[in-house]
Amino acid sequence: MHMADALLSPTVGLGMWVASGVALGWSSRRVQRDERSHLVALMGVLGAFVFAAMMINFTIPGTGSSGHLGGGLLLAILLGPPAALIVMASVLAVQALLFADGGILALGANLFNLGVCTCLLAYPLIYRPLLARLGPHPSDRQLTAVIILTAVLGLQLGALGVVLQTWASGISSLPLRTFLWLMLPIHLAIGLMEGVATAALVLFIRRARSDLLPDLSPANEKAAGVAASFPKGVVVFLSAGALITAGALSWFASQNPDGLEWSIKRASGLPELAAGTSRPHELARHIQAQTAAFPDYAPLAAQAPAPESAQLATPGWPAVDGGTSTAGIVGSVVTLSLVSLLGWGLHWRRQRRRQP
Amino acid sequence: MSAVPNAWRDFATLGTATARTGLAARLDARALVLGTFAFILTVVSFDRYAVAGLLPLLAFPLLMAALADIDLRWVLRKVLLAAPFALMVGLFNPWFDQRVMLELAGVPITGGWVSLLAIVLRVVLTVAAAVVLVASVGLPQLCVALERLGLPRALATQLLLLQRYAVVLGGEAARMRLAHALRAGPKGRLTLSVYASLVGHLLLRATGRGQRIHQAMLARGFNGRLPTAPALPWRWVDSVFLLGCVAAFLLMRLAEPVPWLGQTLLKGMM
Repeated sequence: MHMADALLSPTVGLGMWVASGVALGWSSRRVQRDERSHLVALMGVLGAFVFAAMMINFTIPGTGSSGHLGGGLLLAILLGPPAALIVMASVLAVQALLFADGGILALGANLFNLGVCTCLLAYPLIYRPLLARLGPHPSDRQLTAVIILTAVLGLQLGALGVVLQTWASGISSLPLRTFLWLMLPIHLAIGLMEGVATAALVLFIRRARSDLLPDLSPANEKAAGVAASFPKGVVVFLSAGALITAGALSWFASQNPDGLEWSIKRASGLPELAAGTSRPHELARHIQAQTAAFPDYAPLAAQAPAPESAQLATPGWPAVDGGTSTAGIVGSVVTLSLVSLLGWGLHWRRQRRRQP
Repeated sequence: MSAVPNAWRDFATLGTATARTGLAARLDARALVLGTFAFILTVVSFDRYAVAGLLPLLAFPLLMAALADIDLRWVLRKVLLAAPFALMVGLFNPWFDQRVMLELAGVPITGGWVSLLAIVLRVVLTVAAAVVLVASVGLPQLCVALERLGLPRALATQLLLLQRYAVVLGGEAARMRLAHALRAGPKGRLTLSVYASLVGHLLLRATGRGQRIHQAMLARGFNGRLPTAPALPWRWVDSVFLLGCVAAFLLMRLAEPVPWLGQTLLKGMM
């Protein structure tokens, strides 16, 4: 599922851009060094294929719903992780730009959830070791099981990413635990279907053109070697990156009082927790109080006697004041009318110019 | 049949319609990209309850669409199709966030409803800005601009190739689907084995086609870089546009024009 701009905060969005950008830079250096010259041609056409294949759905027996190919795992199996990540980046960019699926700021998060998690984590850490254990000629059933397992785990990682990014951004009020309970089972089913589709396709390719599968064709030892020699350093690097990102995210999340904290407060009935004392928190509150468009609301917790943050709360979170909120509403209505008038005027001008 | 063929037609035209019209054509694509990015950052930097603050920002996609001579109804259709995910997540806000934030004619309005409205506005603003950007620049020029802004070359080439192939393969997939639907009858289902065979053949034909085209490109002197229209130099108009955008966004973000407008109007009426 694609993360949307509307649910992201700037810090999380930019942080995920940086994380994905590093992975992308590494991948594109690897691809430019790759000696397989037909890789460029194969990458372009396979990206387009992933798109086209998403238009064809197969029926899931007994449910009436349908599933389709996910893409990331198939690309990793056909191209190897670095090239697969670049293809995924291009697919996601086109989805974001031309189909408005996801968004420009969310592109970094989406590439991490759908590309990095599958191509650079699930494929080298689950698929490759399991396949190596099965020997050079795994049976159809073994291969299917490995592919489905990898697809499911990769997508679970991605769904976890979506949940954590949404939660850290603090735009949605969904508590973390509820969101996890919603997302992970849904993506278990989706991952299962994607795994089934990918496995069916890989088995078909193995029968028809096994030379396209570097992992599974004995004739292609060299290419298989390239895929197999996936450096351990990358895994270490990625894990470190993920840890740093998670640390940075949780730091920012702790600055932003978010849905989880609020729901805890409401559930426990406790007044403001002692979070408002650290310096960055104070600064964030000050900035928020200065810039908030609805400065005239107060969380119930802040109205309750909270001795520690009383001085802080007074300027930052004034009590509800009918006067200012009326001004805000009147201003909003007037602004909306002005903007609508602008849009209508521009549209009318365009229509009139079109007519000869 | 569904929204997909429609979106596909848009996709094909967006890629090929490189002839930019309107005043936006005189601007460097890089200025438009940076301006749009600044816009999206401004939108998402607002507080989660900010509704009033976001409203004046609606003018940006409107003006950009007018500058690039794009039909607003088309943009609106794209926005409506997009982002069911954000709305789905946003719909939980009224459920979990029930603090009363303001009262409208005696009706209490909770924070959840306000933040849901804010999410809807964010969706409209961010999606409209992205759609208008691509429609006003076109994908080929956008790739050139992104490469000049530091996108890895492998990815820029990949994007251009993907767009060219996708139009061809997408048409092929749509024809396959239609052919199956016509032959399978009204209740015809695409079982997994038929699916694997259909999509597998699509893949085999695609790779064959890709390799043939690559050979042809190599024969014509392809050196890993696709030829694109020569990029124009950065001019002062571009700087003025970008600085103007950033200044306007900062003003909207920091000065809170909407409550001020309301207050002034209320004072005037009293």
